Amino acid sequence: MLKKIITLAASAVVVTALSACGGGGDGGADAAGSGDGGGELTMGFAQVGAESGWRSANTKSIQESAKAAGVELKFSDAQQKQENQIKAIRSYIQQKVDVIAFSPVVETGWDTVLLEAKRAQIPVILTDRAVDSDDDSLYETFIGSDFVKEGEKAGEWLVGEAGSDPTKVVEIQGTTGAAPAIDRKAGFEDAIKGSSNIEVVASQTGDFTRSGGKQVMEAFLKSNPDIDVVYAHNDDMGLGAIEAIEAAGKVPGQDIKIITVDAVKDGMTALSEGKINFIVECNPLLGDQLMDAAEKVVAGDELPKRIETEETTFDQEQATAALPDRQY
Amino acid sequence: MSTATPVTFAARARQSRLTWPLLALVALLLVNVVVTPSFFSLRIQDGHLYGSLIDILKNGAPTLLIALGMTLVIATRGIDLSVGAIVAISGAVTCTYIAGAPDPTSASAAIIGLSMALGLCVLLGLWNGFLVSVLGIQPIIATLVLMTAGRGIAMLVTDGQIITVTNPAYRQIGAGFLVLPISILISLAVLAAVAVVTRRTALGMLIESVGVNPEASRLAGVQARTIIWTVYVFAALCAGVAGLMISSNVSAADANNAGLWIEMDAILAVVIGGTSLAGGRYSLTGTLVGALIIQTLTTTVYTAGIAPEITLLFKAVVVIAVCLLQSPRARAALRRGKTPPPVVPDAGTPSAAPDLGVLADVPGPVAPASTSSSHSAQKAGQR
Repeated sequence: MLKKIITLAASAVVVTALSACGGGGDGGADAAGSGDGGGELTMGFAQVGAESGWRSANTKSIQESAKAAGVELKFSDAQQKQENQIKAIRSYIQQKVDVIAFSPVVETGWDTVLLEAKRAQIPVILTDRAVDSDDDSLYETFIGSDFVKEGEKAGEWLVGEAGSDPTKVVEIQGTTGAAPAIDRKAGFEDAIKGSSNIEVVASQTGDFTRSGGKQVMEAFLKSNPDIDVVYAHNDDMGLGAIEAIEAAGKVPGQDIKIITVDAVKDGMTALSEGKINFIVECNPLLGDQLMDAAEKVVAGDELPKRIETEETTFDQEQATAALPDRQY
Repeated sequence: MSTATPVTFAARARQSRLTWPLLALVALLLVNVVVTPSFFSLRIQDGHLYGSLIDILKNGAPTLLIALGMTLVIATRGIDLSVGAIVAISGAVTCTYIAGAPDPTSASAAIIGLSMALGLCVLLGLWNGFLVSVLGIQPIIATLVLMTAGRGIAMLVTDGQIITVTNPAYRQIGAGFLVLPISILISLAVLAAVAVVTRRTALGMLIESVGVNPEASRLAGVQARTIIWTVYVFAALCAGVAGLMISSNVSAADANNAGLWIEMDAILAVVIGGTSLAGGRYSLTGTLVGALIIQTLTTTVYTAGIAPEITLLFKAVVVIAVCLLQSPRARAALRRGKTPPPVVPDAGTPSAAPDLGVLADVPGPVAPASTSSSHSAQKAGQR
């Protein structure tokens, strides 16, 4: 009996801790949501969670854009759980919001709840991640990055940079099976296909983390003595690779050139210091585009099924110029 | 630990639980030499040794340290699932303090930061030990609490961001060298200290007796509660230092990913080393070999260029092979016709006939289903 009570108490502690955590996020959201609305438009937004700096920047962008556009935002944080997102979407349907937007945690299992929204005649916009459904009438549009294109941009820069010199590339992939990892690899391979002088000599996963990038690069440096270029699927793995290259007594950015994707602040700092050579942006700041699309869809305009986020690329000088305003 | 006389060396080697893991480690290294002939080559780079073997030592140091703490916990028939979360908390607290310190590059900021982190780790260990030894909650459940909540705490500390620090003193712990990597020197020093303290005194035997039967040990005058409490604090402290190594190695604290699934690697290292999950018997040398096997596996995957899609399968196959080699029954089946060697516990341990759970009120922990050092697919959905 005593044990049961204690187990209960222990789980209560955990629950309190977790809800305290969630409460903090909600508080911030409420503050943004209840801001001087006045607009006629109400949007329910179901965010994935707050799992990375990229995601936090994404949330902030949506909240700020909503405020600027006079959209009343109802925000929920699903803490990476699909059932939380489905609950949030159902509650938005009951509250009869004008438009629902969300970043699906996973690709499948959305048909039922999206059908409910469709019957309630509430348009749905997907952001950042797509859903896998046969019926594409369930959502109005999908706003997000094209990961394949990001890989292509990285490859195109390398083709221009390498010219006709023989170039040995090592690739540090993201988490095996994750969409950005698969697409960034495919896009890069496509772009360098025509250049026989560029060869990818090794490719391993660094799990999108700095430690992973460092360990993989340490091993690459030993198994491939003359590496010319590192292509990392995100900035963090690139930053780990820089550490490994420096420990091997080489100069990152000069002896070994580095290309990464994302353009978060730490990556941009390294780029402006000359340790990275080229970064392809993966833009989380899609708030303005989302509000724009929401207004159009409520007004009854036809939207394309796929809206790409505005993304650019940075070389070292551009990074130095852009760095002071970098928000994330 | 035991000193083999020449006469019985061959017989001992055949009976020792360490023989097969050691052979597996040697085999793995040989595979690497065949695939990458320069695998064993070492050179001096900026005043320290540089080579694949050094990488194995450096990157294996955190796993080894955590596995050491885990060995003692498992010897008391417990398990600690919270070490991965403690790794994240330790790095998060230190880096957040250093980043916010008046002078983020000073050695004093690093020392204050890591002292705070290690102090917090001791508190977390006390919490785990309290749940297990005082309240009698099953270890797997008691430490699951912190495994789940701990990463949340780390996220709160870092605000969900990756905290980058540039502190030369802090960098030394994980990325520094004194000819050899400082991280492996720390881990080996702890290994030596634990070996002396538990094997040259009665403490090791007391820990094992608690693992065999806590109630009987208590009745025999062993302070079972204090011992259990101590091993959880020690495990948390080891995890805390490992967390410093991991975050210092990349000069950043990543609350999401630091130490993710390292508890499984540590348990695996302990089990490969021949320590029984049923408690009552442990081998520190075995844990050292186990940790080295796991890191060598990872390095092999990277160096030999095994495709990421089949990495987990490759690791699982090697781990299963090592476990089968360790099993006397499986070996006997392989050499059909010959008599199987008798199962002899490690020298120097009480011959603990493991008829467990007879008197004890707490049933033994369930072995977690860990087949590989998987950095699992759960992260696939993460950016």
